Amino acid sequence: MRTAEIAHLLKLEWQLDRRQKHAWGSMALYVVSTIYVCYLGVRHLFDIPVWNALFWIILLFAAFNALARSFQRENAGRQLYLYTLASPRSVVLARTLYNGATMAVLSLLSLAAYALFIGSTPMEGARTDIFLVVVVTGGVGFALLLTLVSALAARAGNGIGLMAVLGFPIVLPMLLSVMKASKLALDGMGWNVTGKYVLWLVLIDLITAALAWLLFPYLWRD
Amino acid sequence: MKGWWWKLLSVLLLLYVVIVGLHTPLGPALVHVSIAKIQPGEVSLTATGYNTHFNQEPPQVWLENDGQRVCATAVKPLSDTELSLTFTVPQGFRNNLTSLWAWDAVDGTIVLREAFFTEGLGSGMAQESCAVSDAPRPGFSFPNRSILNETIRNLFFHVPMWFTMMTLMTIAFWYSLKVLRSGDLEADRSALSAVDASLLFAALGLVTGSIWARATWGDWWTSDPKLNGAAVTVLIYGAYLILRGSVPDPHKRARLAAIYNIFAYVLMFVFLMVLPRLTDSLHPGNGGNPAFSQYDLDSSLRAVFYPAVLGWILFGVWAYTLHQRAARLQSLSDEANDR
Repeated sequence: MRTAEIAHLLKLEWQLDRRQKHAWGSMALYVVSTIYVCYLGVRHLFDIPVWNALFWIILLFAAFNALARSFQRENAGRQLYLYTLASPRSVVLARTLYNGATMAVLSLLSLAAYALFIGSTPMEGARTDIFLVVVVTGGVGFALLLTLVSALAARAGNGIGLMAVLGFPIVLPMLLSVMKASKLALDGMGWNVTGKYVLWLVLIDLITAALAWLLFPYLWRD
Repeated sequence: MKGWWWKLLSVLLLLYVVIVGLHTPLGPALVHVSIAKIQPGEVSLTATGYNTHFNQEPPQVWLENDGQRVCATAVKPLSDTELSLTFTVPQGFRNNLTSLWAWDAVDGTIVLREAFFTEGLGSGMAQESCAVSDAPRPGFSFPNRSILNETIRNLFFHVPMWFTMMTLMTIAFWYSLKVLRSGDLEADRSALSAVDASLLFAALGLVTGSIWARATWGDWWTSDPKLNGAAVTVLIYGAYLILRGSVPDPHKRARLAAIYNIFAYVLMFVFLMVLPRLTDSLHPGNGGNPAFSQYDLDSSLRAVFYPAVLGWILFGVWAYTLHQRAARLQSLSDEANDR
């Protein structure tokens, strides 16, 4: 029953996004134009720490932009309607999963655009497999964390501004560890070194998802 | 006494901490030598002590290098803190760093480690080591650590601030859970008061820490995981206050604030526990630095530090209850005015 409900909600999200094609387009355009602005500023970067830091900052802002609309695109009436149809935990789980998948795709897309414009020299000596795992885990982690923050900001009736204020401090721990892990992967370290950081990232992701699942029903009701 | 004994206790503990923590002298130590390098042959130098009593009784002074000792051939006190010394440095010390030791009945054994670079190394000197006395210093005093010196007293103020902040944040967390369970506005007021008080202690912790960092590490702010943790904590609770400010309806505000508080508190605690293990830190107990408890063997610091922690935590809780009662009276008077 629960799984059917979640599958249904996932399908709803997918259909909504297909109907509003500009949503996907705006996300992609946001990332590409941010990267292009950076490219105009710095041209090619060869220094691994700077390359790494800039990539994560761009991805972080992309995540904020992409997830802000998660709970803000529907008005109060539609939310009430959804509330009568599905259990709040199914809603948050479906949205979290959907946002996670979106961010997984978006982070790989950003990486491709970033490597194209800013340069892929730092990736030459890297453990590419580990680096990609870290990029996807980090992107999904941002999605998990910001889904609840987006819901909170939408509930407070105060759009993206509040979301940034609420989101940045709690995303910092994740950002610091993801930067560390991806830096190590770029330095060519194997699983024996990066493993513990990747594991730690997955752990934060799980804790965040669990918290969202526990807290969302209280957020939902009015 | 019922109900307020712990407030009295906190005042007494903090009085004890201020008086004993600021009044107890640092133990004697050797802090400076006039030359940086010794080579085989006759060497004369002045050594500077801190809180020493060289005039009362000229100390025995010796060099020590890899367990081998060479006693001074002449020791002449210039003042209570200045010694004029002459050594005949032998050929063949094994280590390139030599330490300077001294002993007298008043000050006990004091040492300046790695005092000199050493020339004329070999596989150990030929003659016998000289005989010296060695006894712990009598009396109660704080350890005199290089770099820290007198600032070691800040231990009783800086560190308990963070413990108090954590305690108050835990109280806020507890009341936030209560808000979600019952929707109680009284609990929401308690959570807000606890957050306010914890931010006060966070600010005090940052100020005392910043001054301490300037005195010991040479900078007001360093890139250190503990400092990053502190900054994130302050930002999170700042965001908590902003979230409250942007929701006008009190019941909705209570619920949203409680959700954010629980979310942030759990993530922050996980972060604060794991972050220091991800990167090196200048703080004791991290990144290869010994923890305070490890080099505080004479436990004189502990005799003040533990009361300080308890005293400051009780004091912080007291501050929170006062703040909470004031907020409650304010809301009652607002209600009365509305009527």
